[in-house]
Amino acid sequence: MFTAMEESRRLVLAKQLVNQLESGDSVNAEHTVDLLAGFSENNLFQEVGRLTRELHSAINGFLLDSRITELAEREIPDASERLSYVITMTERAANTSLAAVEAAIPLADELGNKASNLASEWRRFQERELSVEEFRVLSRKLVGFLQIAGEHSGELHGKLSEVLMAQDFQDLTGQIIRQVISLIQDVEDKLVRLVRISGGLAGSDDTKSSAKLEGPVVPGIDQGDQVGDQDDVDDLLSSLGF
Amino acid sequence: MKILVVDDFSTMRRIIKNLLRDLGFTNTQEADDGNTGLPMLQSGSFDFLITDWNMPGMTGIDLLKAVRADSRLAKLPVLMVTAESKREQIIEAAQAGVNGYVVKPFTATTLEEKISKIFERIEA
Repeated sequence: MFTAMEESRRLVLAKQLVNQLESGDSVNAEHTVDLLAGFSENNLFQEVGRLTRELHSAINGFLLDSRITELAEREIPDASERLSYVITMTERAANTSLAAVEAAIPLADELGNKASNLASEWRRFQERELSVEEFRVLSRKLVGFLQIAGEHSGELHGKLSEVLMAQDFQDLTGQIIRQVISLIQDVEDKLVRLVRISGGLAGSDDTKSSAKLEGPVVPGIDQGDQVGDQDDVDDLLSSLGF
Repeated sequence: MKILVVDDFSTMRRIIKNLLRDLGFTNTQEADDGNTGLPMLQSGSFDFLITDWNMPGMTGIDLLKAVRADSRLAKLPVLMVTAESKREQIIEAAQAGVNGYVVKPFTATTLEEKISKIFERIEA
């Protein structure tokens, strides 16, 4: 805490104090005591001053960190927007799947009912219980059923494909949620640094994020120079000679 | 026709596999990123690669570049199916030698169109 020069000056003062006390010079002795006390006070003030300056510059550095501004002004609001979009997408996927299922179930039921109906009439035919006229009716029914079976199976395939395609939400929302998680981790890091600044003093260890992938297009969020849809992709590629 | 589907989300791999099955391609295999996909391509005789872009480990663009850099795989047709839709990224993929680019979300028709276009071009 003290330099060598200060140490020797203190020693001189201390010897002087002893002399003054021994000679009963109490007025000057008190002055010497004040001088001696001044040493540690000065040092304390200097230390407080240094800490204050460092804290000040650390806080300033923290405020000037462009990531913080970016987080507060753009990324947090963007994250809310992204999460709302996740809700929209999952809702849309659920509705698409439910609608397809609701449309498919009656088709399956109709096939089942008609089949069991025909099966019982076919049994009667096998047991030779049908008249010629009844068999003609059954035969017409069979032709009709085969046609419906063909049509319904096509429709069912279509509905099942809709359910299949609707599951793409999991990939897209998964990517968006991952981005929000990494944003939250970023904010957490910054908060930890803030806590460090108010506790000990931390050096700045800023790491700039490299060019990142944007992921799925989220309506209402500026993600840079994005193309609109598949047609734009095709246009761009054909302009490149594809 | 043996096809490798690379995507880190298993749901997307299943969707693509099912669509391929509807199109008559039943011989498909899956990998969850470039690091697992590349050795499969190098050791198996695949005829077609469908890959996502953004994956942990090795990304799709790096996989594409690795494929083009490998003399045995250089001619393998590659279709990119990804949510990345920045202009510069599509251009980057084109320059790296991609054969087709589909942005997510896509329809079954789009996928079919792009795949058949790639094969038409190869046969021509």
